[in-house]
Amino acid sequence: MQSLKDFLYTIADDNLILGHRNSEWTGLGPVLEEDIAFSSMAQDKVGLAYQLYQLLHTDMGEGHPDKVAFNRTETQFKCCHLVEYPIGEYDFSLVRHFLFDHAAFARFDMLTKSAYPALAQLSVKVRGELKYHVLHADTWMKKLGKGTEESKARMQTALNEAFPLAMGIFEPVDMEQELIQHGYFEGEAVLKERWLASIAPVIEAAGLKLPEIVHDKTSYGGRKGYHTEYLAPLLKEMTEVFSIDPEAEW
Amino acid sequence: MSEENNSLDPRIQRLDLPQGESTVKPNEYWGTFEVFLQEKRGKHHQHVGSLHAPDQDMALIFAKEQYGRRGRCVNMWVVKTTDIVAFQLEDEDMFATTPDKTHREAGIYKVRDRIQEYQERQKNA
Repeated sequence: MQSLKDFLYTIADDNLILGHRNSEWTGLGPVLEEDIAFSSMAQDKVGLAYQLYQLLHTDMGEGHPDKVAFNRTETQFKCCHLVEYPIGEYDFSLVRHFLFDHAAFARFDMLTKSAYPALAQLSVKVRGELKYHVLHADTWMKKLGKGTEESKARMQTALNEAFPLAMGIFEPVDMEQELIQHGYFEGEAVLKERWLASIAPVIEAAGLKLPEIVHDKTSYGGRKGYHTEYLAPLLKEMTEVFSIDPEAEW
Repeated sequence: MSEENNSLDPRIQRLDLPQGESTVKPNEYWGTFEVFLQEKRGKHHQHVGSLHAPDQDMALIFAKEQYGRRGRCVNMWVVKTTDIVAFQLEDEDMFATTPDKTHREAGIYKVRDRIQEYQERQKNA
């Protein structure tokens, strides 16, 4: 089923690209302890992408995960724009992590009841890992939202910047209705409501303001292969080693 | 490399970091927390190390990845290092003769013979 394939690709690609982006902080984190935590979570994302590519490979006849991750062109990627943006300063990376991982937790929580058993099983497995990501993000949001004038201002600015981009997380795949009818997934619109309900109290507790909900689709396009200028250089860098010898055994 | 480098990775495009002395003053930095890890439910939490954190919530999220990312772990404690009460280093002599006090070790008592004797009696009774 094409819509199910597309759906798995969107989640996998989001996680692969954000995992790669967040790993750019490795060795540069604000403090050693945070460097370790953020790097570990970046690895979790790449690992989650791998498991989804693996599902696509074994259940749906798609290519081997390594080939799929490193051997596709930009337009074949289905990630949303939010994950493509450069890491910026730590405020932006933290806020993106907060917005994205709340959505990921809500999504996989939803998918534990998917009528696609392998996906439901995977979702049960990753639930705990994502729960930690959310706890990590919430703790930082509250800490910096209630920190100094500067930290508060920076977090609010980052939130204002990242929030409209986060709408792209919820761009549905073509024929999403099929997924809903088969009970594979409840749909991006339902997910977005759950996401809003889970981020709003944290933003409030952090003393920050939830930006106005954006109804337009300016951050849409990723699911259809239209990307920001930031994806191409990322892919070039990510596939550099692979491109030297695509047949190498690791 | 002759190719133009337009990487967005800050490790490749090095940041312009300010030169000169660090502006961090002594004790301005975060305090430390001690981390205790429980491998299995019911087992003791064991001290595994320490870390820097600004408060206990942050200490927990750091502890999870710094000490719990490898191997088994079901729970963790974090305790502010300054909240730990300890003996003074020079009081180590209070413990010096402990290894000599073998009468405090259960193994020193020869009870095995008496248990055997009792079991024999029960069998023959």
